[in-house]
Amino acid sequence: MTLDIQSIRKDFPILERQVYGKPLVYLDNAATSQKPRQVIDALVNYYENYNANIHRAVHCLGEEATAAYEEARAKVAKFINAPSPESIIFTRNTTEAINLVMYTWGRANVREGDEILLTQMEHHSNLIPWQRLAAEKGATVRYIELTDTHTLALDGLENLFDARTRIAAMPHVSNSLGTINPVEKIAAEARRNGTLFLVDGAQGAPHLPVDVQGIDCDFYAFSAHKMLGPTGVGVLYGRAELLEEMEPFLGGGEMIRKVTYEGATWNDLPWKFEAGTPNIADVIAFGAAIDYLDGLGMDNVREHEVQITDYALTRLSQLEGIVMYGPPDPRERGGVVSFNFGDLHPHDIGTVLDHHGVAIRAGHHCTQPLMRTLGVSGTARASFYVYNTTDEVDVLVDALEATRDFFKR
Amino acid sequence: MSLREEYARQEAELDDLYKEIILDHYRNPRHRGSLPALSATHEGLNPLCGDEVTVELLVDGNRVTDVAYKGSGCSISQSSASMMTEAINGKPLDEVKRLSEAFTAMMRGEESIDPESLGDLEALSGVRKFPVRVKCATLAWHTLDEALEEAGL
Ligand SMILES: Cc1ncc(COP(=O)(O)O)c(C=O)c1O
Repeated sequence: MTLDIQSIRKDFPILERQVYGKPLVYLDNAATSQKPRQVIDALVNYYENYNANIHRAVHCLGEEATAAYEEARAKVAKFINAPSPESIIFTRNTTEAINLVMYTWGRANVREGDEILLTQMEHHSNLIPWQRLAAEKGATVRYIELTDTHTLALDGLENLFDARTRIAAMPHVSNSLGTINPVEKIAAEARRNGTLFLVDGAQGAPHLPVDVQGIDCDFYAFSAHKMLGPTGVGVLYGRAELLEEMEPFLGGGEMIRKVTYEGATWNDLPWKFEAGTPNIADVIAFGAAIDYLDGLGMDNVREHEVQITDYALTRLSQLEGIVMYGPPDPRERGGVVSFNFGDLHPHDIGTVLDHHGVAIRAGHHCTQPLMRTLGVSGTARASFYVYNTTDEVDVLVDALEATRDFFKR
Repeated sequence: MSLREEYARQEAELDDLYKEIILDHYRNPRHRGSLPALSATHEGLNPLCGDEVTVELLVDGNRVTDVAYKGSGCSISQSSASMMTEAINGKPLDEVKRLSEAFTAMMRGEESIDPESLGDLEALSGVRKFPVRVKCATLAWHTLDEALEEAGL
């Protein structure tokens, strides 16, 4: 099914605004997406009609809020085909979800001489926690290298793992290169080797149909704000058996069963990992974002992004002096196009494009080691979502030509 | 303001950021490279943008007698470094420090500073309208301050 992008655009109030007198062309979706009216309304509706704390209330508002909160969890579980809602833990964002695994599973299980397997394309969120753990435990971090087309070098995949590899972690989709990693294949190898496998799905869940059981990963982390939902909500999916064994992350209210002066026992999953009052309003609104994406169909979202990325790669490649990163085939990448243009610095490009109403990102995209591997100080990055059009790609290309002319004057 | 006037104002803002003299320093950097002998140096980083500037100074008595910079980054960070080398070369240290203070005060938008009193450096005052880029313009000067402090000058 082809999506009706013009009618989708009408659901996003912000797309009507102008920036510097020009229509907004929002191409910074990998940083955060815009929000449809349905999500904004869900927030307002909660605060206007049934704002209350959850789980402990004996009154009507509290029951309604609890039901809506837990309903959002069930929607998230279904969205990524998790076996049950109890394997869905709400966090603040992807970063917190990964840190949760590092602090609870990691500190209890990684020992001196063990190894943690990452890739050269890690976002700092999936790098710093593991570097810290390795430093604390005397473990080592090893990185899977990149091929010339910026995919993972997986020849001899089985040799990448050894008996001391306790956990492997990597992005589903690279936020800097767009590369989609073959996570099913790597998960299978990890399983054979008895290594846990965590997928940083911050750029996966928003853009691809995700099936955590199909991937067969142990953990999958992502953020609501990159998938039409509000800021302040992240998700950690974990295999229930693992979550059962893990110690709690934060201690406090809600995560306990029985508390005495001497100690405490822990609540059931998933609440064992949700200490204190959670982000009720934003979780409920995230449920509305999931409904919206389900309504469109993730296969259709993906197909739209392939088309727009294909068009962008073609148009951009016609610019003289452009260097693009990531796999050339749009089917092997998400809707992210990173580039450098002549000798223009990405920040100068970003500032001039902004004056044409075009919002892109410039810099290292929280992947400093990757930039070093690419031999650049940074890149300019356009990233697409379901409301972007090929006309907007044309505006980007025209604005890039204008940028070049501006610095030539 | 009509839309047309608004457009004109925004175009002007961009021209204000990228003044001719700034682009000239970016394309034809002055004092770029390293010194054979030096009294003070520091490498400055802007972690947000990845801009890098290394400043080297030769000081004789109480005067900067030679200066060089190298680095990589956006046009604002690199041209600001180039302009700085011209502004401080041959100057007594106390005047260099006064200039550095005045420049960073100007970039903070402090009223007490008359940009005109800063000579060519005034050209960078347009950066103030782009808050995220102010750090690019001040990087070289902060690096200079660090270099002097580390050398006890
Ligand atoms: C691949 C990847 N991982 C992790 C993150 C971190 O997400 P958050 O800032 O929502 O924790 C991002 C987003 O910036 C990302 O693109």
